[in-house]
Amino acid sequence: MDFKNEVISLLAEICQDDVIKENPDIDLFEAGLLDSFGTVEFLVQVEDRFGLLVPITEFDRDVWNTPNNIAMQLADLR
Amino acid sequence: MTPYGSFTFFFILVILLAPTVILGLRGRRFHAYNMFVTVIALGIIFASSLQQAVALIGFTIWQVSLIKSYIHYRKKRNSDLVFYLAVVLSILPLAMSKLLPYFSTITFIGFLGISYLTFKGTQLVMETRDGLIKEDLPITRLLYFILFFPTISSGPIDRYRRFVKDLDAQISGEQYKLYLYEGINKIFRGFLYKYIIGYSINYYVISKLKFIAHSPLEHHLYYMYAYSLYLFFDFAGYSAFAIGVSYVMGIKSPENFNKPFISRNIKDFWNRWHMSLSFWFRDYVYMRFIFWMTKKKWIKNRNTLSNLGYILLFLLMGIWHGLEAQYIIYGLYHALLMVAYNAFERFNKKHKWWPQNKFTHALSVFMTFHFICFGFYIFSGQLFHKGV
Repeated sequence: MDFKNEVISLLAEICQDDVIKENPDIDLFEAGLLDSFGTVEFLVQVEDRFGLLVPITEFDRDVWNTPNNIAMQLADLR
Repeated sequence: MTPYGSFTFFFILVILLAPTVILGLRGRRFHAYNMFVTVIALGIIFASSLQQAVALIGFTIWQVSLIKSYIHYRKKRNSDLVFYLAVVLSILPLAMSKLLPYFSTITFIGFLGISYLTFKGTQLVMETRDGLIKEDLPITRLLYFILFFPTISSGPIDRYRRFVKDLDAQISGEQYKLYLYEGINKIFRGFLYKYIIGYSINYYVISKLKFIAHSPLEHHLYYMYAYSLYLFFDFAGYSAFAIGVSYVMGIKSPENFNKPFISRNIKDFWNRWHMSLSFWFRDYVYMRFIFWMTKKKWIKNRNTLSNLGYILLFLLMGIWHGLEAQYIIYGLYHALLMVAYNAFERFNKKHKWWPQNKFTHALSVFMTFHFICFGFYIFSGQLFHKGV
C-alpha cells in the first residue's frame, strides 16, 4: 500500500467511517468526522506508524482539512 | 484612553492612520510607519495611568527576555522541566495580577490587556518547544507582534507565524484597496454592533427592566436574553473595530465571532464564539493535555480522557475570567455541557436516534441558544446578587 492510502486508511480507522475511503476530498471537520480529540489520536498514530512528528499547532484546519490534503501535507513532511 | 471607547479615539486614529492609507494605496511598504503609530497609540492609551504604563513596560521586558532566552536554550537542549518552568514564568505576571489583589494591597502588576498579551507570550514559548520557531526572533517583530495596538486591550489573539506572514506580504496598491475596503466595512459594523445595537439593548431594555418586567421570574428571564445579546453585540462590535483597524494596517487579524447564535450544538458554539480565545485553549491546553495523556498512557479510556480535557479547559477558562463564583460556575457549566454533548454524540452515532432534517436542525439551534443564554446568565452574576 502506498503512503497516501496508508494515511487515508488510518484516518478511516480513527473517524470510524469508511466514507473517507470513498470520498477522500470530504472536509473532515465540516462533516463532523474529525474533532480535536480525533486529531490528537491521529497525530499520535502518525508518530507511531510513520515516525513523523507533527506539532499540534502545525495542524491548521484550513489546510489539513480533507484526507487527500492531509496525506499531501504528511508526504511533504517526509 | 480606552481603545475604541470615545469619538476622540477614532478621531486620533484617522489622523494617525492617514499616512498608512496613503502609503498603502501607492503600494508602498508601511509597516515601519505602523510600528511608529503603535508606539504613539500605546502612549495615548496608557497616558492616563502611569502605574499601567510602567506595568506594561515591565511585563513586556519580562516576556521578551523569557522568550528570547528560551529560544536560545532550545537550540541546544530540550528538557521538559525547563519548558514547564518557562510556561509558568510566562503566565506568572498574569496569575499574580489576578491573585494578589485578593490577598494583599498589591495592585500595580496589572494593566489593560495583560491576559491577551500573556496568551501571545505563552504561545511563543510553546511553539518554540515544538520546534516551530527555531531562529532567534528579530526584536522589533517580536515587540510589534506582542504590542500591536489595535488588538491590545481584548484581542483577537493572533498567532506569531500568521502575523509575520502578513508583515512579509507584498501588498500592491490594488490589493491594499481591498484591505482598506474590508477594514472600513468592519469598523462600521463595529459602530452598528457596539454603539447602536449593543447600546440600545443596554439602554432600552437592561436598564429599564424594572418597568418592563412584572415579576422576578420575568425580570430574570428578560435579563438573560437581553444580557446575552448585549454581550455579543458589545464584544463582537469591539472585535470588529480591532480587526478592521488591523486590516487598514495591512494585518489580517483573525476573526472572533461567526454567528454564534445559530450554533447547532455546544461544540459548534465554541467554534463560533470568541474564536481566537477558544482556539487558543483548544490548541494550547485541551489538545496538548490529550496528546500528553495518550503518550503516557495514564488514562486509557477515550471518553474519560476527553471529558477530563473539557473540564480542564473550561475550568481554566472560567478562572481566567476571574476568581468570582460566577466565572468558575460558568466554566464548570460549559464543561458539563461539553461532557453531556459528547455522550449524546456517541450514543447517537451508535443508535442514529436524532434524525438529520430541517426540523431537528431548527430545534437544535433553539435548544443550543437557550443553553448558551443560561450560561451567560450565570456569567453575568445576576444569579448571585441578592434582590433585583
